[in-house]
Amino acid sequence: MDNEKLTTESVKPAAPTAAATPRPVAPKPAAPAAPAVPAENLCELQVVAPEALHAEMKRLHDEEQMDFLECLTGMDWEADGLGVIYHLESTVTGKRVCLKTVTTDRENPLLPSVTDLWDVANIYEREVFDFYGIKFTGHPDMRRVFMREDWVGYPFRKDDETEKNNPLRMDNEPLADDTEVLTLQADGTVKSNRREIFEDGDYVVNIGPQHPSTHGVLHFRVALEGERIKKIDPVLGYIHRGIEKMNESLTYPQTLALTDRLDYLGAMQSRHALCMCIEKAMGVEVSDRVKVIRTIMDELQRIDSHILFFSCLCQDLGATTAFLYGFRDREKILDIFEETCGGRLILNYNTIGGVMADLHPNFQKRVKEFIPYMRRNIKEYYDIFVGNVIFHNRAKGVGVLTKEQAISFGCTGGTGRASGWHNDVRKRMPYAAYDKVQFNEVVRTEGDSYARLLVRLDEIMESLSIIEQLIDNIPEGSFQEKMKPIIKVPAGTYYTAVEGSRGEFGVLLESKGDKSPYRLHYRSTGLPLVAVMDTVCSGNMLADLITIGGTVDYIVPDVDR
Amino acid sequence: MKRPKIKSIPYEEFKDNETFEKIVAELNAGGAHVLVKPLDDLINWGRSNSLWPLTFATSCCGIEFMAVCAARYDIARFGFEVTRNSPRQADVILVSGTITNKMAPVLKRLYDQMADPKYVVAIGGCSISGGPFTKSYHVVKGVDQIIPVDVYVPGCPPRPESFLYGMMQLQRKVKVENFFGTTNRKQKDPYKEEMKEQNVELLNQQEEA
Repeated sequence: MDNEKLTTESVKPAAPTAAATPRPVAPKPAAPAAPAVPAENLCELQVVAPEALHAEMKRLHDEEQMDFLECLTGMDWEADGLGVIYHLESTVTGKRVCLKTVTTDRENPLLPSVTDLWDVANIYEREVFDFYGIKFTGHPDMRRVFMREDWVGYPFRKDDETEKNNPLRMDNEPLADDTEVLTLQADGTVKSNRREIFEDGDYVVNIGPQHPSTHGVLHFRVALEGERIKKIDPVLGYIHRGIEKMNESLTYPQTLALTDRLDYLGAMQSRHALCMCIEKAMGVEVSDRVKVIRTIMDELQRIDSHILFFSCLCQDLGATTAFLYGFRDREKILDIFEETCGGRLILNYNTIGGVMADLHPNFQKRVKEFIPYMRRNIKEYYDIFVGNVIFHNRAKGVGVLTKEQAISFGCTGGTGRASGWHNDVRKRMPYAAYDKVQFNEVVRTEGDSYARLLVRLDEIMESLSIIEQLIDNIPEGSFQEKMKPIIKVPAGTYYTAVEGSRGEFGVLLESKGDKSPYRLHYRSTGLPLVAVMDTVCSGNMLADLITIGGTVDYIVPDVDR
Repeated sequence: MKRPKIKSIPYEEFKDNETFEKIVAELNAGGAHVLVKPLDDLINWGRSNSLWPLTFATSCCGIEFMAVCAARYDIARFGFEVTRNSPRQADVILVSGTITNKMAPVLKRLYDQMADPKYVVAIGGCSISGGPFTKSYHVVKGVDQIIPVDVYVPGCPPRPESFLYGMMQLQRKVKVENFFGTTNRKQKDPYKEEMKEQNVELLNQQEEA
């Protein structure tokens, strides 16, 4: 009896949203333009059945040259089943495709793996398994990636009682030595095998989670052969805060606050991406002033991030003076931020439809002072560190990542560009005011640690020139569009990406028309960069792990989300 | 020492002197030894001006900690600049950043590995109460649930000035400590009492036998 009552009650509130008798009345005056044209960032999802998925993916990969798996998102559509959304892009033709696949089996959901086509799918599919419990047949390493191995349930499922099943455990976490491999056999049954992660006789060293040079709490299990690295198995999740799950119970303006805390050195860009995604989905056009302000702020943030990248790399390699030089210049940017935004690191500046406050009267003056100052000081960086022969020996030809590997692993940002991959979102899909400015995409071909450092230093110069072009031409206008007090995004799936400080930061938003998102997924810039560490480091010295990790430039809170 | 002196900040300008005075009163309840106390003060003067922090940072607050270490805020003015990478060499752990359920046992182990006397400073909203992530299923709602905290520094992240203020509060706490232990003649030593009882019991048992 009780059960019946419960079900009927749970259906009732859902029915009006589907039938929508009162709903169309409300949004009509708010967004008259929205229904006429579909939103710019709306994903046209091609639904592919799980059985046909792998063949279709192989066709796209081989025939249509879809060699970049941009984003892979697990989904829980409740009654409609569990599934995955794939975003593919061709680095040759620039064509983009979104696919969707669904399985209705909630007890034992199985989907075919695409790890054989794109290397980065390995870690993405592990993430989906961790959050939704979807197992991928043909995946070589079906383990949890963020949660502890003794975690009960799958936290992102809508019906999971996560907190009840998982009290705080203070015992040491178990780390398995073997992993599960599922293979789909010809007769349709699935066979489960165990596979050792490390081989017998491997000498395994743990680095992290508490280590000063892992840039956060990251844990590597490194198999060594003498002093050379044989294999790296990253253990993530030490700063997994479940931001994506939290977003599902927050209103849209509330979700903004958490983006700043993902990649705190790309706070502006991450928040920009989410704001832009919501604005485009709602059909809100922001003023030119806002676009220019956002562009300048993004570039300042990029300089800030790259300076910190340089400083930390120097610190990791023992050059403390260079660290101090970097922080001296970074403080100048933080001063500029502080005057306008009020914060130093967590800025909370972008809002849906604009920015939080207008520019401070001193802003232009300060920025104009900063540009020549930084151009002069960056020469010091070369004098004190980059030209150093010890650094050359440790960086040149070390940790080489080829272009094909970079694309297959989805390593966007400076890491990919150092390997010769033109992946700058500002050029690929211009947003804000990037179509109005002249700038070069800094690309090198060596793909080693040294190239990765130089790309970032050159990007500082490019960013300065972007700011220089815009700072005198900030158009007049309002800094905040008038928005309704309760923001609701029309139903649909939307994807927007920006060029974050260390690569493509994407936001996938699925809305059911409510005031909070149904699913909000962030394409982390850092997760592919951590996934690639095994490939980049194998064969190099253990000591070079620090140099390579420093130059690949991941931020762990962004990886773990 | 009842009113520890911190260079450049007068005693009255610290914010919660009441809490602090309560601690001092508690520590000195049994009176102070005329010879040991000056020795205490001397040692505490040295200890409070050379607190070595552990390089421990999980997220955003860690970047602010780096900024505090750099030239503008210059943590070396207070003697905190010797950041140690090993917990065995550190005096104070600055918990800067969110502590998740997976990280909690690691943090506890780090704390256990530190040698006494050791101190904990909870930096930022996340380590005080979970901060913006209180509703998350994977975040510890305050590090004081797993390790004892000496000073709380609120902020998200705290400004470098708050960092320094919090560290000065810790210095004051260190300065009033009884490093050589308290000598309270009025109070009976609970350990000795216990041993006495055990001895009596043993004697009784022997007599019975």
